[in-house]
Amino acid sequence: MEKLLEQIKHGTVWPFPGGVHPPQQKSQSNSEKITRLPLPDKLVVPLKQHIGAHGKLIVDKGDYVQKGQALTSPTANWSVPVHAPTSGTILEIAPSPSAHPSALPELSVIIKPDGKDTWCQRQQVSNIKTIDHDELINIIHQAGISGMGGAGFPTYVKANTDKKIDFFIVNAVECEPYITADDVLMREHAVEVVQGIEIMQQLLQPTLCIVGIEDNKPQAISAMQKAAEHNEHIIIQSVPTVYPSGGEKQLIKLLTNQEVPSGGIPADIGVLVHNTGTLFAIQQAVYEGKPLIERVVTVTGNTIHKPGNVWALLGTEIKHLLDCQGFSPVPQQRVVMGGPMMGFTLPTVRIGVVKTTNCILAPDHNELAEPGDEKACIRCSACADACPVSLLPQQMQWFAKSKEYEKLQEHNLFDCIECGACSYVCPSEIPLVQYYRVAKVEIKEQQADKIKADRAKERFDARKERLEREQAERQNRHKRKPTTKSADEKQKVADALARVKPKSDKDGEKSAVAAAIARAKAKKQQGEQLEPDNSDVAKERAIRKQQARQYKEEKESQGSSESTDDKKSAVAAAIARAKAKKAAQQNSAESQDENTDSAPVDDKKAAVAAAIARAKAKKAAQQNSTESQDENTDSSPADDKKAAVAAAIARAKEKKRQKEGNNPS
Amino acid sequence: MKLTMASSPHNHSQKSLSKMMLSVIAACIPGFIAQVIFFGTGVIIQLVLALICVSVFEAIIMVLRKRSIFAALSDGSAWLTGVLLALSIPPLAPWWVIVIGSFFAIVMVKQLYGGLGFNLFNPAMAAYVLLLVSFPVQMTAWMPVTELLSQPTTLAQQLSIIFHNFTSTGFSLEQMRTTVDGMTMATPLDTIKTDIAHGLTVTESMQKPIFGEWAGLGWVWVNLGFLLGGVYLLKSKIINWHIPISMLVSLALCSAIGYVANPGTEPGIIFHLFSGATMLGAFFIATDPVSASTTNKGRLIYGAIIGLLIYLIRTFGGYPDALAFSVLLLNMAVPLIDYYTQPRTYGHGEVK
Repeated sequence: MEKLLEQIKHGTVWPFPGGVHPPQQKSQSNSEKITRLPLPDKLVVPLKQHIGAHGKLIVDKGDYVQKGQALTSPTANWSVPVHAPTSGTILEIAPSPSAHPSALPELSVIIKPDGKDTWCQRQQVSNIKTIDHDELINIIHQAGISGMGGAGFPTYVKANTDKKIDFFIVNAVECEPYITADDVLMREHAVEVVQGIEIMQQLLQPTLCIVGIEDNKPQAISAMQKAAEHNEHIIIQSVPTVYPSGGEKQLIKLLTNQEVPSGGIPADIGVLVHNTGTLFAIQQAVYEGKPLIERVVTVTGNTIHKPGNVWALLGTEIKHLLDCQGFSPVPQQRVVMGGPMMGFTLPTVRIGVVKTTNCILAPDHNELAEPGDEKACIRCSACADACPVSLLPQQMQWFAKSKEYEKLQEHNLFDCIECGACSYVCPSEIPLVQYYRVAKVEIKEQQADKIKADRAKERFDARKERLEREQAERQNRHKRKPTTKSADEKQKVADALARVKPKSDKDGEKSAVAAAIARAKAKKQQGEQLEPDNSDVAKERAIRKQQARQYKEEKESQGSSESTDDKKSAVAAAIARAKAKKAAQQNSAESQDENTDSAPVDDKKAAVAAAIARAKAKKAAQQNSTESQDENTDSSPADDKKAAVAAAIARAKEKKRQKEGNNPS
Repeated sequence: MKLTMASSPHNHSQKSLSKMMLSVIAACIPGFIAQVIFFGTGVIIQLVLALICVSVFEAIIMVLRKRSIFAALSDGSAWLTGVLLALSIPPLAPWWVIVIGSFFAIVMVKQLYGGLGFNLFNPAMAAYVLLLVSFPVQMTAWMPVTELLSQPTTLAQQLSIIFHNFTSTGFSLEQMRTTVDGMTMATPLDTIKTDIAHGLTVTESMQKPIFGEWAGLGWVWVNLGFLLGGVYLLKSKIINWHIPISMLVSLALCSAIGYVANPGTEPGIIFHLFSGATMLGAFFIATDPVSASTTNKGRLIYGAIIGLLIYLIRTFGGYPDALAFSVLLLNMAVPLIDYYTQPRTYGHGEVK
């Protein structure tokens, strides 16, 4: 460690393998100062502009918001708020195309600026030494800061790591051609960036802070050196210009000669990397009380009249940026968000600038030729020579084409950082990165499917086991019970059986089955449509009615043993039947006229009646099946039945009362 | 406004297959010129024949496979195969030798395996071996350098030999190959081999007129020509250094060890490096990307074993030169080599 520190302080860099040297194309945009765009007509602020969950919306359509006012409040972990970039009225809160290759709609707050640009109340900190760790983290969190280099990782999460950080690295490399946003930011605001670094130093207490800047930015390097003169724990390190030295893992290797373990994060090896723009945003949040509502965006390319860097409010449509800088599109125009190596083409210019938008590139066909036809791979391995993570892109390409996903994973597909160096050098113009992206998605989907399938199998096995267990228990019961039965009981059972036998119990079974099917159907329908079809319900009730009737008939067949109790239960059943009938009628009436005033009441009544009927039908069906299947049924179930029916009625009544109680109308 | 969508990266190095192939063909020029100077214009005739043949065969296959003839021919890979084959066979070999060779290289070795990128073997070398095994007389009938010839040959005479077996004045190839002192000469490699088998020492053998100070007359220059072309390929990053350097180092090392052990019967480093097809092989044949190893470590192994095999076959084998056999043998070993020489991916294994 001591030796390593010595070497770092001495200015050693450790080159990573591979890399390419695409034309820099930076001089077009870095010669002028950053300009400020006029306020656009509207701002489209997506709620989610980072990795993680979006916050809870705390404004409404029509609300007046002030500049810097929070539009969402963070809820879950990894959620950061977004803020109103200027004062104005919320026109709408609706999904609109997102700044993503797919442009899938993302819920966005659409603001019409009032032109006054009135700030909300701001909390400014003059001396960071006076505030503690948690408060500082909270300020960064509430300011909505997430990584502005590309991935958009919530900054407060990174800053709040519980791991010991040895090296705090500032990624000011900006290795993508064309982009100069960080370059000009450092030239003009080096002091603020260094203040941002010092805030992070206070939070993380790293041994050393290394600022990595590509050697093609001499002005930025000298500005940063001057600004950091007073702080001996900050080293400004110039690194050779090679793409992708700005890749997080590549930069860590370059500056510290350490490698992030595959699948791990830099904090695992005591390293934390932040982008220059992010540090500026942190400084603004802490010292100025300004949340993240604007950023520097490079607008460049041969179709732009005035290429340069602009301060763009988040949510400013790309169209506004292009219009302000002058834009004459060519046929088959591409508009790229990000750089030419890793940026993505936009399907529309009606997309808002987000926290990670560092460049808008509108090239013509001379500077960035359109991709040619894919030709045969000749295994020249130019791709492998260019790969910064030492993969074998050429071999992976064969596996990706033949969908040999296991081999792809063996060849460390998931360590690919999709930098595009391999595609850039391929003489056969094979879109290698695209093949890997597709393969990665398919592998992830397969894994998700496998997890799902495993879970389903687990459930199935558990169910099978349960069913087997239950069956075994039932069989055991059958075996056990006859031994405990007295002769008298056996006789009774035989009698009961004799009584039941003449009656065809097949009908009963059938109706039970039919009822079950009808119930299942009704249930399914309820699941499918929120308003159930009443005709089906009526049908179901008719079936239940029939069941009830049958139940009664059965009872009558058992008439010899009928007691007064039985009579009572018969009466109760009759009442229930009548009620059910009435309910069914009302129900059918309702199905014709759903707007009847008394509908809710009738519904309830019907529901109660139906519940009673259901209970009875169930009982009947149960009894029926028990009698036919189980010879051990008690021969005098009448008392039980009576009690059950009474209980059912009581339950139903109770339910009704509760419902009425709940529903004061 | 309608925007065009494309997948990143949106930039390309503008390297292309055809540029690569044409550069390799261009890099053959110095060696080719040396061959013309020392072995006559027959080389040009063979080259033209080869180019016509490979184009025709490639086109026929493209028609059969219902693919674009232009796309296949314009990548230049078939022409490169033709050039390499023409440079490998004796300049005055009968016309059908190159026709059969081109057919085998393009149709059997390349296209039947699936076309460019799918062939396991180097097409030119596979064809060369087929010809050498099938027509040993024609394939070993190398002319001595022109200055040693008893009959000065004109282009017309060479054409006549190639297409009619005799010159217009009625000389056969055998007669043409006779040197001023009335002896038919084999290639330097062959001569050394035969002489050593007959009990001569290398020094004695090297007294023969076909040898110069270091190796065979003319052959040194041909090899230097290909070395020059090879340096251009390395400089322009069309080939990597791994294969040629490891192959040459390995060959040099083996011949040095041999020389130290047996100075009387071993011709030494310079002789091996500048005889036969050494330089052509090191920079143009073994580096064929399709059939060579694709990992850097693998390339070192691949080149080193080719160098070793060349030395072994030249010294102990039945053939005077061994490049084609060595390359084909190693072509077979490529999947194995590649499998065991995968580079360590970032973040894997032990990190310094």
